[in-house]
Amino acid sequence: MDLGIVLALDVLNGIASLVLLCMGLAIIFGMMKVINLAHGEFLMLGAYATVVSANAGVNIWIAMLVIAPLFVGIVGIVVERCLIRFLYGRLVDTMLATWGLSLLIVGLVTTVFGNTINGVPTPLGGFAIGQYRSSLYTLFLVAMALLLVGSVWAVLRYTRYGLIARATMQNPNMAAAMGLNPTRVYMVTFGIGAAITGLAGGLLAPVSGIVPTMGGAYIAKAFITVVGGGSAILAGTASASALFGTINQIAAFLTTPVFGEVILFISAIVLIRLLPQGISDRYFRRSL
Amino acid sequence: MILSVEGLRSGYGRIPILAGVTLQLAAGEYLGVLGHNGMGKTTLMRTLMGYLPATDGRVALEGRDITRATTSSRARGGMGYVPQGREIFPNLTVMENLRMGLVTSAREDLGVIEEVLAEFPRLKRLLDRRGGALSGGEQQLLALARCLCTKPKLILLDEPTEGIQPSIIDEIVESLLRLRTSRGIAMILVEQNLEFIAALSERILIIQKGRITGELQPHQLNDPELVSEFVGMATA
Repeated sequence: MDLGIVLALDVLNGIASLVLLCMGLAIIFGMMKVINLAHGEFLMLGAYATVVSANAGVNIWIAMLVIAPLFVGIVGIVVERCLIRFLYGRLVDTMLATWGLSLLIVGLVTTVFGNTINGVPTPLGGFAIGQYRSSLYTLFLVAMALLLVGSVWAVLRYTRYGLIARATMQNPNMAAAMGLNPTRVYMVTFGIGAAITGLAGGLLAPVSGIVPTMGGAYIAKAFITVVGGGSAILAGTASASALFGTINQIAAFLTTPVFGEVILFISAIVLIRLLPQGISDRYFRRSL
Repeated sequence: MILSVEGLRSGYGRIPILAGVTLQLAAGEYLGVLGHNGMGKTTLMRTLMGYLPATDGRVALEGRDITRATTSSRARGGMGYVPQGREIFPNLTVMENLRMGLVTSAREDLGVIEEVLAEFPRLKRLLDRRGGALSGGEQQLLALARCLCTKPKLILLDEPTEGIQPSIIDEIVESLLRLRTSRGIAMILVEQNLEFIAALSERILIIQKGRITGELQPHQLNDPELVSEFVGMATA
């Protein structure tokens, strides 16, 4: 019984981490068809922003909930202005450019902070489930993932910016004929995607070892989840995260964490073979 | 003159389509442009709206040079565009499509949408419907209504009758005639449907091989020989 609760918490944690990891990427890929291979580095920058400001004496919550998204959001806007905006509509070129960018960011961070593992203590402490212990921070991550999905949905559904973003995604030329400047919409959207990724990096900082190359550990998972999810940003990310998070955690529980990842990737390959357009194009076609 | 175009040239890549178009449009005037497929009608519209760069010539909106202006600044300057194929936002509801017409105003004034809907009563019961679920005719009405929400001084209307049921074509003609008197909007109308263009235009320019080659009065379109001589277009 207790073990069942622990396992359920693990599954929830796995799903929540995937949602946090993927949301920024899904926004940037889903709305702008830019394959951002520097996504993992945006996460890493969010984690470093959290560590550096926490070590400088900033409250840990402010560091990860405010400073990390703000900093990475600004980085995102600079990257969009200096690099991405010249490459819209050129899928392969954006991959190459952002891959180069990821190498550059890893190099810069290694030069500044060194190739050592940094970390921040996990806040909130733990609680007991029978003879097992679990951390309250896990529950906090689950709550943040829910909050993130809820806020992105509310923004897309109810705000003027959400309307503008959805319309521009469907038909940028007609959005321009309404007097909008699509390049501005893209810049803001890229910035928001980057900021959400920075937030994810900040939130995952207390539960991961922070090194300049940590992005590589996340990027494959993030991409297969976004591709598995399909074109609907929210329904796709949520459904693919739920599926892959569950598979990953249960497989890790039954075997080892390494095999858990292997089984996750195998199931992703099978899923994409069966539903090449992703889960959302088959089951949630009208969703956001 | 709300719009004056002089020697406008443009094309796709290295293929020239417009070979020097000159035309003048007075405020509140409805101008028809008639021509075969491939003569440059849609290219003219796309160049006027700023989607294709002009390779030569000059375009002025209310005396202000806009030859190099972006599409969005032309739209903010009062140019509305209803493209061929309508291009409504398929996954937005009818209401959301109309709200997109208001995006450049500082405050979203739903009264504007009310006024526009009064012109197109057929859309009123469809407000919650997805744009993509509408019939072709309804989509055309929506595209026009969305354009009117931007409060244009000039509408570029590209083949609105293509693939649309006749009852809605009549409705569009009536609405557009009403708009001319009530709002004083000018319009450039590109068409192949002679009846439609004759009902709406005050004068009609003939476009052939990317040039304006003549001008007709609407009643002259009733004369099949004259039309085929000018346009090279067979009439039924």
